[in-house]
Amino acid sequence: MSQVVEAAASEGPSDGPGEQLADPATYDGLALRALTKHFGSFYAVRDLDLDVPRGSFFALLGPSGCGKTTTLRMVAGLETPSSGAITLSGKDITYAKPYQRPVNTVFQNYALFPHLDIFENVAFGLRRRKQKDVDKTVREMLELVELDTQARKKPAQLSGGQQQRVALGRALINNPEVLLLDEPLGALDLKLRRSMQIEIKRIQTEVGRTFIHVTHDQEEAMTMADTVAVMNHGVIEQMGAPAELYENPRSTFVANFLGQSNLIEGNIKNRAADIVTVDMHGIDVSIPAPRAHAPGDRGWVGIRPEKVLIGEVGEELDAPGNTIPGGVVSDVSFVGVSTQYLVRMPWGQELQVFSQNTGRHRLFAVGDQVELSWRPEYAFLLDAAQDAFAGAQKLDSDG
Amino acid sequence: MASTAGTAPVAVTDIKETKDASGRRRGRVGYLLLLPAVIWLGLFFVVPFYSLVATSLFDPSGSDSRGYEMTYHVANYWNAIQDYKGPLLRSLLYAGIATGICLVLGYVLAYAIAFKAGRWKNLMLVLVIAPFFTSFLVRTLSWKLILADDGFVVDALQTLHLLGDDGRLLATPVAVVAGLTYNFLPFMVLPLFASIDKIDHRLIEASGDLYANPIVGFFRVTWPLSLPGVVSGTLLTFIPSAGDYINAQLLGSPNQRMVGSVIQSLFTDANNYPAAAALSMILMLLVLVMVLLFVRRAGTEELL
Repeated sequence: MSQVVEAAASEGPSDGPGEQLADPATYDGLALRALTKHFGSFYAVRDLDLDVPRGSFFALLGPSGCGKTTTLRMVAGLETPSSGAITLSGKDITYAKPYQRPVNTVFQNYALFPHLDIFENVAFGLRRRKQKDVDKTVREMLELVELDTQARKKPAQLSGGQQQRVALGRALINNPEVLLLDEPLGALDLKLRRSMQIEIKRIQTEVGRTFIHVTHDQEEAMTMADTVAVMNHGVIEQMGAPAELYENPRSTFVANFLGQSNLIEGNIKNRAADIVTVDMHGIDVSIPAPRAHAPGDRGWVGIRPEKVLIGEVGEELDAPGNTIPGGVVSDVSFVGVSTQYLVRMPWGQELQVFSQNTGRHRLFAVGDQVELSWRPEYAFLLDAAQDAFAGAQKLDSDG
Repeated sequence: MASTAGTAPVAVTDIKETKDASGRRRGRVGYLLLLPAVIWLGLFFVVPFYSLVATSLFDPSGSDSRGYEMTYHVANYWNAIQDYKGPLLRSLLYAGIATGICLVLGYVLAYAIAFKAGRWKNLMLVLVIAPFFTSFLVRTLSWKLILADDGFVVDALQTLHLLGDDGRLLATPVAVVAGLTYNFLPFMVLPLFASIDKIDHRLIEASGDLYANPIVGFFRVTWPLSLPGVVSGTLLTFIPSAGDYINAQLLGSPNQRMVGSVIQSLFTDANNYPAAAALSMILMLLVLVMVLLFVRRAGTEELL
């Protein structure tokens, strides 16, 4: 395990999250500074710097074991950091006990109290802090999570989705400055998960609190969060708005973990102020300079499958772009709204192409000669030292 | 059920029939499985119990050699209460104190084994049961040595002036309660452990996350969730210690006589079978009533 971590560390987040960090003493959100947690020689979280703005919906996204849950547990106070600091609204809470910080958690398996009914589960935090108007506040919260008719049932009598909402209400009722959600939808089936995503997003907009959502599901992170931080091996690989991360990944891990990417090896020929030109197996392609993240003279040219256009040999392009001839269709899967092709290129690599079935093209068949092209503004360039398959998802799992 | 039958009679009879068919098969196997225990209990509990009830109503003037006459002599019960209310109350008191001490000691121990012992968990459980490898009698006799007037415990207490120079432990209530506590502690620890070990640790984390400090969290989450173990441990400790006569006999004096010793001597020495039987019945009824009150009070039927 430690070998992997060291490899990742040397590989490094070459240009890090990139943004300027705020001064934790005056910052009104949640600030993590050089936060580290190790268990023996295994580093779960390493030197993490992070600013979570007040009122934002923030997602920590990464594969299992990347350190996202450990980070969350340190913010909740359930895990003591090995070093570093956590400040919330300018107050240092690094070593505060869980019951002393204005942070509440929606636990992965909800952790509802089985001996208390729904009402008392939701009222638990209020009663501990001797709040007034418990009855009224709990009723309002039960309405918000649409469980007002279930108040006197025990958790075991509710469905998974309802239990999920109890857990959410039980945490939210305390008006936490930060609400932590630890894989809150992991135990629900796909359809319920979709509707809960919308539900949680609605509640967040309504209460306007900071939500930090930990998940390994990239689609969930992208649909719900304003800002996504992609974590791998205890460090943040990249952080930004979902569209920004998706369109302009800075590492092969992000390129593969968020959606899918074609990564093609190339030699960098020329670096101009705004355009980087790469020789890709004898074909010159250009990439906008802000999208080039390769320091050396070699790199991975990246392009998302849905950005690749497929056409007949010699067909005129609808826009100026990088054109790569000599492809042969090797696999076709027709999905209905779109078709997914695998195209074998002259240098032996198979590229993925997602083509909308707009009717502009015929459906290509296996063995057809095709030309691929893409608009240069969609391509990106990544460090050749990184593993082209880092973060790639296996076909049979969503993790 | 009645309303369902009214709205959809056909469907209900269908369901009922299939249920009956499978139910009958399950029932037969169930009865067969019950049979050995039912025969055993019938022979060795119901029959003797009937004989005990009958004996408690015999004419007390009879004797072993002359035989007894059934006269429905209910006064046996009144006489037993009159003559032995001291040992009866003492039994309940000693058993109650011993159960209370067992609960405190046992809870701490079970909590430590369940939550803190880590890889030593199994070893510690074996150690809890280890005393059962020697006989009850031998273990109680060894307490007699430990608490003896010239033993190290008394010496130490006298040196510390916690006990007067002529003070002793043996033949005092302290010795009897200590013996009861020692002998029945495992019966408390095991059900408590089973209950506490099942508690999801994340619930305790959740209580901390919801502003309960560790002490409040314990009383709001851990304790209520361990109640089934508390109730069964308390019953398993209280019931046998209320009827115990070994500890009082070996570690106490006639002043610490518990009702168990009285019943034993009435049966074996005085040969007063009707009184002994009546006293046994009284003890049983007292314990039964206390247990019912306790279970009601603890409200365990509401728990998982």
